[in-house]
Amino acid sequence: MILDGKSPSGPLSEKWDKRRQEMKLVNPANKRKYKIIIVGTGLAGASAAATLGELGYNVEAFCYQDSPRRGHSIAAQGGINAAKNYPSDGDSIFRLFYDTIKGGDFRAREANVYRLATLSNNIIDQAVAQGVPFARDYAGYLDNRSFGGAQVSRTFFARGQTGQQLLLGAYSALSRQIKAGTVTLHSRTEMLDLVVINGEAKGITVRDMVTGEIRSYAADSVCLCTGGYANVFYLSTNAMGSNVTAAYRAYKKGAFFANPCFTQIHPTCIPVSGDHQSKLTLMSESLRNDGRCWVPREKGDQRIPDEIPEEERDYYLERKYPSFGNLAPRDIASRSAKEVCDEGRGIGTSGYGVYLDFADAINRLGAGVIKERYGNLFEMYEKITGENAYKQPMRIYPAPHYTMGGLWVDYNLESTIPGLFVLGEANYSDHGANRLGASALMQGLADGYFIIPGTIAHYLAQTGPGKAGIDHPEFQKSREGAHDRMHRLLSINGKKTVNEFHRELGRIMWNKVGMARTEKSLNSALQEIPRLRAEFWENVTVPGSGAALNQELEKAGRVADFLEFGELMARDALLRNESCGGHFREEYQMPDGEAKRDDEHFSYVAAWEFTGEDSTPEMHKEPLTFENVELAVRSYK
Amino acid sequence: MNLTLFVWRQKGPEDPGRLKQLEARDISPDMSFLEMLDLVNEDLIKQGRDPIVFDHDCREGICGTCSQVINGVPHGPEERTTVCQLHMRNFKDGDTIYIEPWKAKAFPVIKDLIVDRNAFEHIIQSGGYISAHTGGVPDANAILIAKHDADTAMDAAECIGCGACVAACPNGSAMLFAAAKVTQFAVLPQGAVEAKKRVNSMISSMKKEGFGNCSNHYECQAVCPKGIKVSFIAKLNREFIASLKT
Ligand SMILES: Cc1cc2nc3c(=O)[nH]c(=O)nc-3n(C[C@H](O)[C@H](O)[C@H](O)COP(=O)(O)OP(=O)(O)OC[C@H]3O[C@@H](n4cnc5c(N)ncnc54)[C@H](O)[C@@H]3O)c2cc1C
Ligand code: FES
Repeated sequence: MILDGKSPSGPLSEKWDKRRQEMKLVNPANKRKYKIIIVGTGLAGASAAATLGELGYNVEAFCYQDSPRRGHSIAAQGGINAAKNYPSDGDSIFRLFYDTIKGGDFRAREANVYRLATLSNNIIDQAVAQGVPFARDYAGYLDNRSFGGAQVSRTFFARGQTGQQLLLGAYSALSRQIKAGTVTLHSRTEMLDLVVINGEAKGITVRDMVTGEIRSYAADSVCLCTGGYANVFYLSTNAMGSNVTAAYRAYKKGAFFANPCFTQIHPTCIPVSGDHQSKLTLMSESLRNDGRCWVPREKGDQRIPDEIPEEERDYYLERKYPSFGNLAPRDIASRSAKEVCDEGRGIGTSGYGVYLDFADAINRLGAGVIKERYGNLFEMYEKITGENAYKQPMRIYPAPHYTMGGLWVDYNLESTIPGLFVLGEANYSDHGANRLGASALMQGLADGYFIIPGTIAHYLAQTGPGKAGIDHPEFQKSREGAHDRMHRLLSINGKKTVNEFHRELGRIMWNKVGMARTEKSLNSALQEIPRLRAEFWENVTVPGSGAALNQELEKAGRVADFLEFGELMARDALLRNESCGGHFREEYQMPDGEAKRDDEHFSYVAAWEFTGEDSTPEMHKEPLTFENVELAVRSYK
Repeated sequence: MNLTLFVWRQKGPEDPGRLKQLEARDISPDMSFLEMLDLVNEDLIKQGRDPIVFDHDCREGICGTCSQVINGVPHGPEERTTVCQLHMRNFKDGDTIYIEPWKAKAFPVIKDLIVDRNAFEHIIQSGGYISAHTGGVPDANAILIAKHDADTAMDAAECIGCGACVAACPNGSAMLFAAAKVTQFAVLPQGAVEAKKRVNSMISSMKKEGFGNCSNHYECQAVCPKGIKVSFIAKLNREFIASLKT
């Protein structure tokens, strides 16, 4: 099947207005008759729930944490992009659009990205109106910084806690609607299944994580805003509870999964310290504004950094990419770090680390300025490593961080199941094969505040309210399925813990479907993952009962889904015989080691359809056409 | 290193709960406190015993989910550090560690170390926001904010809503939590319009939820992982008094 992204026709800058004009509206008095389910209350979900509630819809919102304020958007540090051009340094909506398309290595849909760039400005206005305390200069104007993949300063920030402040803004708007009674919140509730009736999304089945009860909720439309799946690698910068479950169960109900192999490995994270490691901590990309990446020139140089003279250091990013230097995009910076470590020039006990050095910036600007800019990051670094980065360079290494792939959506953010919309990191939409820093927050909020209110109305206006109740046979079937699976997990009583399986899966994914992939490594992953999955269903142990709070059971359900999903990722990576963005296939590289894209054969979105438990999924294509940018070899030299 | 733990085990809200002794073996100083508990749990599971349940998510000190009282101190011995950021290099071989949940009237225990913090949600829902509609707002630079005020707002806004302040307070007061939100909006021009109503609603909500009053112990500030200052409570009180004058 050839998928149609349904982008509006006409000039790029008029497409969104045109679509808004075409879309049907729901009469204000009718809005409260429609029920909308929003799963996930991070930036995308909270902004959507608050806005739809305010418009008068009847909203039910769900999250697995005890409060929407704890969604993993809270952890975003560095900032959010917008094309305000406040510093007058040559920025524009078109430039933000272009940087994002190019940063994504020309694997995103033009019309979506342009709309994102346009809406970026409204987001900043909205956040300021809500009381988000962005950084200001002494005259009281908003301040900006630079991020990777751009030569202008367009990133707005609130110290090192931009995600926290934006989420608290959306959370406050959501709280106002909860108080007003337009939104009902179900926290500590995990979605286990999507309910599809006559081909349309009409509800979900969930587990109450406190009582263990399995229940369903019916609605006229469902929005998934459940975040990314980087935890398939076990170790990542995501929260411990981040999962693919909601998206994957929707996939099994007929929603296509797009580009699962497009995952982002972030260049600046604190290296692994031992087998006990449960997660990895990001050091914001903004640090690369003032920090310089280097390793010793010679292999196996064991000297402490201070004793390595300037001429015996290799500032490899500055050397390879003189015009972007330390601000090269993430995929490039990560791969370069891996390269120098693979050459044996890595630092630290494991040899998998590089220095991020602030000595020059401290000499130039003083420690005070550096502290003002990154104080909390330096503090966090010291808590974890016990080292003081004002005195010695940070040690960093790439780690799984963000997932560009996600459920396939059209220009209206609607999946292949009518009535199922997907927002934020959970969808595949705007970032192509690589996301630029500070653009995920922008996308989540554009989706939630400004896009979904229009596009969901268009769907609802064409379907009557209250089509199905939770006693419909499809809902009953869904609840029975959730019960059965839970009982199966609890009754295996094997010998290995859920964590042991997750760690093992992570090892396979990182080594074979990670930063560099080959046909051989992917084929081997495709052998190993099903084996591990079979062992899981025979030998995992999940203590306790389903009828009470049971964290091992929650984890087991998520890991079971990762064990299926990992295979889909490997399959997708194997079929994409090119290198682009975060997807690097060693067979496809330029003589100088840069990614070799193949536009002639791979300028498409790969959207996977579930075809049954024991059958190979089928790949469909959405061709990508570029009318406004010229497909160029991405160069940051 | 090897440690002896006394961990609060409680099956549910009705169970009285008690401290139980457990051993933690072969702990590396590079582990975080929660990674130490992960290891203990792996052992318990393999022995067919119930693992300890505790709240956590980001494990990087920002989501405010983790909530444990360690040796009598919410979030443990290291200043300005959440449990998830506390590392085992703060302990030594042979130490005995007591681990308990937040204990406060407004935060009932759900199981083991997990408590119900919905009372905080209700305080925010009562008025902890600026009522801006989506869309139709002015350009961000149309509202100038002195750097000093923006910085104060940010100092207050750093609160992660973990509840350590309540757990540390002999009165189980939520004043620091509410004060941080009130201050953030009180110093910003956008927040001025609703300032009086906000402080009033939040204070009534606090009482209704069963939080106590502030009697200046300053324990809240001492344990706050984000270093939120008690001077905000003074600001809250001033705002409250001002709101009573019409
Ligand atoms: C450490 C870190 C730093 C980052 N820094 C930046 C940055 O500086 N700039 C930037 O632009 N981006 C940054 N990002 C990326 C960005 O933060 C995320 O992509 C974005 O916040 C995702 O928002 P979201 O709303 O899609 O999902 P999330 O915020 O992850 O929210 C997911 C929601 O779904 C819920 N959920 C998930 N599964 C289920 C289920 N099965 N049932 C019920 N509920 C469920 C969760 O409870 C949660 O509410 C960073 C990411 C990380 C991890
Ligand atoms: S787990 Fe998020 S703050 Fe500790």
